[in-house]
This record gives sequence, structure tokens and C-alpha cells, in this order.
Amino acid sequence: MAAIVSFIRPLGGLLPPRSSRFARLFQAVALPLAGLGVFLLLWSFAAGRIDTSLGQFPDPSMVWEQAVNLYDEHRASREKEAGFYARQEQRNAARLKVDPDYEPRIRPYTGPPTFLDQIVTSLLTVLSGFLVATLLAVPWGIAIGLSKTLHQAFNPLIQLFKPVSPLAWLPLVTMVVSAVYVSDDPTVPKSFLNSMITVTLCCLWPTVINTAMGVSSVNPDLVNVSRVLRLSTLDHVTKIVLPSAVPVIFTGLRISLGIAWMVLIAAEMLAQNPGLGKFVWDEFQNGSSNSLSRIMVAVIAIGLIGLGLDRIMLTLQRFVSWEKEQER
Amino acid sequence: MNDAVLELSRVSVEFSTERGPLKVLEDVDLSIRRGEFVSLIGHSGCGKSTVLNCIAGLVSATKGGVILEGREVTEPGPERSVVFQNHSLLPWLSVYDNVALAVNQVFRRTKSKQERAEWIEHNLELVQMTHASHLRPREISGGMAQRVGIARALAMQPKILLMDEPFGALDALTRAHLQDSLMEIHSNLNNTVIMVTHDVDEAVLLSDRIVMMSNGPAANIGQVLDVELPEERDRISLASDDNYNHCRHEVLQFLYEKQRKIETLGASASDQKPEDESLQEVSNY
Ligand SMILES: Nc1ncnc2c1ncn2[C@@H]1O[C@H](COP(=O)(O)OP(=O)(O)OP(=O)(O)O)[C@@H](O)[C@H]1O
Ligand SMILES: [Mg+2]
Repeated sequence: MAAIVSFIRPLGGLLPPRSSRFARLFQAVALPLAGLGVFLLLWSFAAGRIDTSLGQFPDPSMVWEQAVNLYDEHRASREKEAGFYARQEQRNAARLKVDPDYEPRIRPYTGPPTFLDQIVTSLLTVLSGFLVATLLAVPWGIAIGLSKTLHQAFNPLIQLFKPVSPLAWLPLVTMVVSAVYVSDDPTVPKSFLNSMITVTLCCLWPTVINTAMGVSSVNPDLVNVSRVLRLSTLDHVTKIVLPSAVPVIFTGLRISLGIAWMVLIAAEMLAQNPGLGKFVWDEFQNGSSNSLSRIMVAVIAIGLIGLGLDRIMLTLQRFVSWEKEQER
Repeated sequence: MNDAVLELSRVSVEFSTERGPLKVLEDVDLSIRRGEFVSLIGHSGCGKSTVLNCIAGLVSATKGGVILEGREVTEPGPERSVVFQNHSLLPWLSVYDNVALAVNQVFRRTKSKQERAEWIEHNLELVQMTHASHLRPREISGGMAQRVGIARALAMQPKILLMDEPFGALDALTRAHLQDSLMEIHSNLNNTVIMVTHDVDEAVLLSDRIVMMSNGPAANIGQVLDVELPEERDRISLASDDNYNHCRHEVLQFLYEKQRKIETLGASASDQKPEDESLQEVSNY
């Protein structure tokens, strides 16, 4: 015990510059774990004291149980699906033997989406919304950043739309999509488009603003270098402007992706579009004794995925950026 | 004046500012011969950079004009390459690629790929930077970065090399070292150089002529001094050279007696710094 105390004490303050690797590891791994431990303790303690109409507020163990349950349900559903297809194939094979002209048909499986299916749907939606937003925002930002005229023309609009909540866009998007997107055999479902467009509309702005800022604040000396070299406009943009704006653009993209993920969950909940948001809403409506635990699982999953997305962006940013010092 | 490469004829420059038009230069006349090394010296804010930028084409004259080999200068171009004060290398490119950007742009039609690569290497050798060609600007010292800036400017094979306080941000030792390199390069290549400086010793050591500017606004050329020293100059033996000390004296007299700068209350710290530095050097002697 004394050994532990004497080990912890010097770590109370800042680590000395020549601290051992072990001590660094301790700081990097053990301290966050300790924080997590304290959080779990407080959670268990508080959970036991909150009674809702759906029973006691779930404590960590109940949430873990439901996480395992949700995974098992997913496995079961997959097995059911595999069985469904296997039976169809058997039947088709049998019919083909009797009647060689028979054209085998496979009917798709239509079981309810599992928790993992909802995660995949949400991820696909957020990534396509974010991708569309990026494809729109970066060129737009470059144009605004390069031209004072365009900047003055568009800046008020950007400032106006930037703070608009996704929930305000959603009804408009839904109506427009159902009016415009009419086809008998839609390759992508309308609900997917609704969520995606809402995400795009909301996460466009940070990237536009940052790109414009990065492009317009290129070091004037570098602009002079480009002028002395008589670089063409295209070369000027691709060799001077974009590289020097990349760090700022990526900061914008990171903010955009964070917003996209938050917006998506809200949009899915409100519009009952497939995805994690719908999962939460359905559980809330079901109101079984497990619902709260299952919602907690979703909350943690949403957090973890958001964190993961941010880490991926950060890695990308480090990879393409020449500025080595990045905030974490 | 018939072998003049460059001529400034009655150049006036006026900037429009929030507080109305600001006349920085008025009727600047100057002519530069081929192979000449000319220094521009004057108090901070008098318009030295503006003269240089006018020649570079980065700033256009409100009245009068700059004539290079009989043709008026209207825009920037690589035949008037510039070495900027804070090196201005592209931070995301290696030393080699920084020079390559210039070489590939300027000689994209006239040199083969192989020739261009050799030309890049050659210019890096000239400033003794081949050993660091793979490093990024942030990974090398300020002096080294300034060398690369010079290599990039030389690699454009300019008719005139323009330098705006190229060594202003460097410590005294590094500065002396780079001055020696520059002297050597100039005596080998014999290019025409115009250099802005606020360092009297540097001006006398390097130049064939020193152009002293009067104080702004509406600054002008106050006095031109021919430096009559041998081509090969050595900073240690020069210290006891009468001619050298005479030149120093002339410049100092111009700056601190004829064009004594009246410090206004609003003068910022950065405005005063160059003066203080030069004054320190005066007291050394
Ligand atoms: N683009 C501009 N717009 C308005 N005023 C300018 C501009 N460029 C320079 N000036 C003004 O012109 C004057 C001369 O500037 P310049 O940079 O040529 O001085 P300088 O002699 O190079 O000074 P320093 O030694 O500090 O570099 C200054 O008063 C400056 O404020
Ligand atoms: Mg200047």
C-alpha cells in the first residue's frame, strides 16, 4: 500500500521531464480509466435512486446486459435471414428439377432492422450527407475566399442559415423530396434522402466559412511569390492557395462532421427515418422495462461513433496537413 | 547612362488609405547599370520597400514608370525575382521542391526535365544547401531558409535580383556569413542586384552604389554615394580602410544629420528598432 502511495504521489503534479516510460503509460491509460471508474460509481449510485414510470433508471450492469442482448438479437436475426434464403434456394432447386423452364425468384428478407442495422444506416446517411456537403462547401468556400465580390454577396446568407436548427429544415425537406423525387422504383428510399439532405444543409456552413477564411488569409508574401512566378490561376489555386488553406479547411470539415452526426440523430428521431434516432424513439414508445437500458446503449453507441468519426478526421487532417501542431 | 538595364523615371506612388491618399514616393529618378550592386537605405517607413515593389511590379506607380531594357514594367515577372525579408518559402514543400516550383514554372518550355533537375541542384549548391534539400522550411534555421530564398530567386535567372532586407531578421553572425556568400555569388555571376537594407555596414560592404532616401511622406532620393572600393572586399581589412570609413561616415551623416528622423509620439516600437540597432553600431566605433 505504501508503495502505491509513493508511486502515485509524484504523479499528482506534472510529470518530470525525464519520467520513465512506465509512468507515461500510467498517465495515458490509468488516469482515464480512473475517471471512468469514478463515473461508473456515481452512475450506479444515482441510478438506484431514480425511479421512473418504466422502472428503475438503468445502472451500468443493466445497460451492459442490454448491449449483449441487442447483439444476440442481431445474431439471431441474421441466422433467421440466412435460413430464410436457404429455404428459398432449396425450394427453387426442387422446382427447377421438376420444371427446367422455371425462372427462380428470390424474395428479399423483411425482418425488422436490428440495432446494428440501424447503426449502419445512420453511418451511411451521415457519411453521404457529409460527402455532399463537402463537395458543395469546399468549391463554394474557395470561390468566396478568392473573390471579395462573392464574399460580400454570400456572407449575409451564410450567416443567416448557419444557426438554423435541423428540426426547422426537416419539414421543408420532407415536403420537397416527396414532391420532386417521384419514381416507381426508388434506388434510395425517400427517408434516406430526407435525413441526408437535412444533414447536408446543417453541416455545410462550418466548411464553407473555414474554407473561405483559409483561402482569403493566405500569407500575402506567398501570393507575391506566385505573382512573381506568373503562376496561372489554376496553378495559383492548386499550388499556393489550397495547400496553405488545408489545415483550416480540415478544421472546418471536422466541425461539420461533428454537427452532421448530431443533426442526424435528431432528424431520424423526429422524422421516424430509419437509423439510431428511430431506434431510440421506438424504444421510448415501446416503454418496456428494458427500454431505458436499451436507450442508454444507444446513447453510448452514438457517443462512441461520434468520437470515432472525429478521430478519423483528425488522422486524415494530420496526414494531409503541413502544420504539424494540431489541437486534439 | 546608355548601358542602364533599369530606369526609374519620375516615379510617384500614392496609396489610398482610410485617412485619404498617402503620397509615399515623389519623382524618384534612378538608373541602374548592368552588373551593379545597389543598396537602398533610409529610415523606416520612408518607402524603400515601395521602390523595390515598384520595380518588381507588385505595386504600380501612380505617375512615372519603371523601364527594364527599354520596356515598361507593368506586372511582376520572374526576370525581376524577389528575395523577401522573411524568406517566404512555401511551408508545405521541401527546400528542393520550393526551388523546383520556380524552376519548373520559369523553364517549363526552355529546359528539359533533366536540365531543370540539374539547374535546381546547381542553385542549391550555390548557396550551400544541397545537404538539406529534403527538409521543410520549418526544419531549418532562419539563415538557411534565407539561403534557399536566394537560391529560388537566382534560379529564375533574373535580369535583376531584388532583395528586401534579406538579412534583416538574422543574428549578426549569420548575417555576416550570408553577406560573404552573397558577395561571392555576385562576383561569380555578376548579376544586377538592388538590395534594401537598414544596416550601414552591410550597405557599404556589399554595394557599388548606395542610394539614400529622404524621409517620407513624398520621399525622394536624397543622395547617391559611389563606393570606391575594390571588387574583392574583406570585412576585417576594410575596418581600417580610409575609403571604407569615409563611405560609412557619409551614410551615417546623411541618416543622422541631414535626414534626422523626428520621433513622433505615436512611433511604434518596430519603427524604432532598426534605428536603435544602427546606433549601437555607431557607438562600437
Ligand atoms: N499597401 C499600402 N497601403 C497603404 N499604405 C502603404 C502601403 N504600403 C506601404 N504603405 C505606407 O507607405 C510608407 C512606406 O512604406 P514602405 O514599406 O515602403 O517603407 P520602408 O521604407 O520599406 O520601411 P521599413 O524599413 O519599415 O520596411 C509607410 O508609411 C507605409 O505605411
Ligand atoms: Mg520595408
